[in-house]
Amino acid sequence: MSSAAAITAQNLVRSFGATAAVRDINFTIQRGEIFGFAGPDGAGKTTVMRMLAGVLQPDSGGIAVEGIDVIANPEAAKSKLSYMPQRFGLYEDLTVAENIFFYAELFSVPRKIRLARAGQLLEAAGLTAFQQRLAGQLSGGMKQKLGLVCALIHTPSVLLLDEPTTGVDPVSRRDFWAILYNLRESGVTIVLSTAYMDEAERCSRLALMHAGKIHYCDTPARLKQAMPGMLLAVTAADPRAVRAALAGAPGVLGLLLMGDRVNVRVDDAARRAPELRARLDAQNIAFTGISRIEPAIEDVFVALVGGGAPA
Amino acid sequence: MNPRRILAIAYKETLQVWRDPRSLAIALLMPLMQMVLLGYGISLDIKHVPLCLYDQENSQTSREMLRDFTASGWFKTAAILDSNRAVRAAMDNATCIGALVIPVNFSRVLAQTGQAQVQAVFDGTDANTTNIATGYAQGVIAQTAATFARRWDAQHGLRPPTAGSINLQSRVWYNETLDSRNFIIPGVVAIILALVGAQLTSLTVAREWERGTMEQLISTPVTSTELLIGKLSPYFLIGLLDAAFCLLTAAFWFHVPFRGSVLTLIFTTALFGIVVMGIGYLLSVRIHNQLGASQIALMLTMLPIAMLSGYTFPLDQMPAAIRAISFLVYARYYVTLLRDEFLKGSSLTEMASSIAALLAYAVAVLWLAARAFRKRLE
Repeated sequence: MSSAAAITAQNLVRSFGATAAVRDINFTIQRGEIFGFAGPDGAGKTTVMRMLAGVLQPDSGGIAVEGIDVIANPEAAKSKLSYMPQRFGLYEDLTVAENIFFYAELFSVPRKIRLARAGQLLEAAGLTAFQQRLAGQLSGGMKQKLGLVCALIHTPSVLLLDEPTTGVDPVSRRDFWAILYNLRESGVTIVLSTAYMDEAERCSRLALMHAGKIHYCDTPARLKQAMPGMLLAVTAADPRAVRAALAGAPGVLGLLLMGDRVNVRVDDAARRAPELRARLDAQNIAFTGISRIEPAIEDVFVALVGGGAPA
Repeated sequence: MNPRRILAIAYKETLQVWRDPRSLAIALLMPLMQMVLLGYGISLDIKHVPLCLYDQENSQTSREMLRDFTASGWFKTAAILDSNRAVRAAMDNATCIGALVIPVNFSRVLAQTGQAQVQAVFDGTDANTTNIATGYAQGVIAQTAATFARRWDAQHGLRPPTAGSINLQSRVWYNETLDSRNFIIPGVVAIILALVGAQLTSLTVAREWERGTMEQLISTPVTSTELLIGKLSPYFLIGLLDAAFCLLTAAFWFHVPFRGSVLTLIFTTALFGIVVMGIGYLLSVRIHNQLGASQIALMLTMLPIAMLSGYTFPLDQMPAAIRAISFLVYARYYVTLLRDEFLKGSSLTEMASSIAALLAYAVAVLWLAARAFRKRLE
């Protein structure tokens, strides 16, 4: 086990009854990474996060966090990590300050450090003015930021966030990520799961999950390079008609509906663009333009993993 | 074990109880309500039994007999009737549960033979009340008869027998006034403590599962023992306060005599509190649902305590098999101890076996509770 590894997981398997949630996955997360598990609902992300947090026992396989065997010694591992579950896990009948105090005490944070750190974190989260408010009366975004503050009050070396920005407004999401980037500067390893592909793009490394397996695991840039083919964006008033018209055209590897456009993955952009143009004209389907674009993670995911396109 | 974590959990739990109207009502209002309801509502004494009088003779002697009945305090005159049909009607429509009929030649027969008969009719639907009322009636008649006999002897120049007669001098111990309230109220304290203790604690862990706070809590280094102690201690204090309220009410409001040691009372009450709260906690850990846990807690505490602790139904009157089961009901030891302490003022050696049983229960329940909680999702 390399000393730089924050987390290593080997041959993790976990089923719930007849359903295999996680099927034999392996990964290594380096210190200071922002590592993301990306995939649609039901891909097994939450199960992986729970096993890493030591709150769910794998059927088989091994996990080490900061060199501590999580399965044999979950309590020792728990003092190194912080876990923020997908469902809001704080006390809605306690105030913001009381929740922070509670988690600080559970991790035996010295009083002086607690006050200074809580002050900084609340400031960064924009929650300073809401300390006396009951957590249940916060907005979705504020709740998630409070969850992050509570998770960070004891300076963990590994932070586990299960879909932390689901249902969070864009402003809170930006605050949230600002805090994460700061943390990374200070050497904290951040592991998060997300169903949002734009968010996955912010990670330093990404595991694309589908049906309980990691299909690809690399930096977003390299994943994009790994995508076979090139991408053409066809903008149109009726993108569904465009998608229907281009399905099965020669050289077309995949089609992805993206709002007012269709991302068409082709084997050779320069050669296929005129062909597609002609095909659409021939079928009398109006479009405003065809241009080559760089793939986003969503395109990569669909191209590499296939199956249902995630959100 | 880390005292800071225990204190943090206890503090958090206290805040939550304070802010939860349902828990607060159980903690503060339930003891008051139950004490009033059970303290005033339950009485096994039968006084002022409604009695109909049908005096067929209406002589001085017969009226004297009737006066003795009403003066006894056990009976009150519900109606004065003048026919057998009226007696039947009064019994049928429950005007009275008994009727006293004095025959037409009562005083004449008595004067001539020194012996006479009166008839008492009772409604047997409530067998218990009728039994007691019949006993009262016999007592009253025996006294009146004695008065008449002395008078008759004097009139006929006979001396009352001086030898060979046995006089019963009965004296009741521990509950001198034979007030059933003195017998019941100490048991009420047990019921209230069980109700409040098990109800509050049955919610505490289930609430965390239900509201989704458990997943984050078990991701922290908190141990199951810390959780147990931290969660139970606020409820334990609430339970002791409730018990103090009930015990003081019993002694100073209902005037149940208290003859034991306050220290023993506090100690045994604390033991009983640990048992009921441990049971509530166990259920809460096992059943991840507040409603289910509190319902089962109610069944496991109230029911056996009401039926099998000897709180109202005397245990030594029960069939052997059921009496054997009652030894499993932890509350019987506490109810016995309460009566020992309140009414008897028993010594520690006399109470030792009950205290030992309660102690064994407390240790066993705590041991199970500390092990029941798994820091895992299923």
